[in-house]
Amino acid sequence: MSDTEIGLHLHDNDIAPGDERGDGREIAEGILGYLVGLGLATLITVVAFFVSGTSLVWQPSIPIALMVLAIAQMGVHLVFFLHVTTGPESYNNVLALAFGVLIVFLLIVGSLWIMTHLNHNMMPMERIMRMQD
Amino acid sequence: MSIAQESARRDEPYRIGLGGWGSSGFPRAEHAERSFASKRVITAFGFWIFLLSDIVMFSALFAAYAVLSGETDGGPSGTDLFRLESVALETACLLLSSFSCGVATIGARVRNNFVHYGGMGATALLGLAFLLLELRDFTDMIALGAGPARSAFLSAFFALVGCHGLHVTLGILWLLTMMAQVFTKGYRPDIMRRILCFALFWHTLDIIWVGIFTVVYLMGLAL
Repeated sequence: MSDTEIGLHLHDNDIAPGDERGDGREIAEGILGYLVGLGLATLITVVAFFVSGTSLVWQPSIPIALMVLAIAQMGVHLVFFLHVTTGPESYNNVLALAFGVLIVFLLIVGSLWIMTHLNHNMMPMERIMRMQD
Repeated sequence: MSIAQESARRDEPYRIGLGGWGSSGFPRAEHAERSFASKRVITAFGFWIFLLSDIVMFSALFAAYAVLSGETDGGPSGTDLFRLESVALETACLLLSSFSCGVATIGARVRNNFVHYGGMGATALLGLAFLLLELRDFTDMIALGAGPARSAFLSAFFALVGCHGLHVTLGILWLLTMMAQVFTKGYRPDIMRRILCFALFWHTLDIIWVGIFTVVYLMGLAL
């Protein structure tokens, strides 16, 4: 069974993550998609490196700007490189991704939240030292 | 299609495709054989689940790093150790390798040996360049006395960035295996599935690197 046959069967059905709708098109068209992704990702990366070292913007906004740029770049990678799109054919892939993102969010935000509270509630170091004397 | 057939089809354990469970808005496939997902879709979906679990594992390392990044124990912090030029070069290598990996999958799809092997070869070289740059960073840090045992910050740093480097190493080994398999077995459907899984793996490593250069390096230098 050739790969294009599989591609034909897929048209009314699901699509594999990483595959694109309309496989077997011209080589240039496929590469163009990756080039657009590469251009966007490069642009976002350059902006992120620039923002991290600049004194042009209000300093406390830099970490937030970096986070936003990173999430945007991850989105670019997902769409242009992994071809995970919002179309109905990749419904399962997006659903799995959404669950993964939820777990990642809970893990990172939950850890930071709990640990900052623990640090905040901990007795100051000098008082612990004094109690040990 | 009769109701009995319909319910039998619903209970089919291999079904991961669409067209069932009243998912409104999606056209239901007309022919029974069409509503079964192809092996390519099933394999890639399973690998996608693995990659997501890998991302969850990385998120634990990210959480540990974020919590411990300030605990330098009087030792060197990120501002003293990180070199932006090196990180920029590593990022460029990995980003370009993601692109060349995409080109290689297109080459496999259209059965163009030159494009496929060229893309895979470029991906391997760029991945190797990334690894050498990262290894140079690590040895420089350890030479400065900033090894993983120095502080909690450095333990978390080496765990997170080292784990990504380990993934890239394994990825390069897998890449070379795939080139050998295409060379000996040709573009068979099973080989094509493996190429698809490899491409997913490689692109995912790039996504994780985006998180690393933002959270570890850029924020470490900006703060």
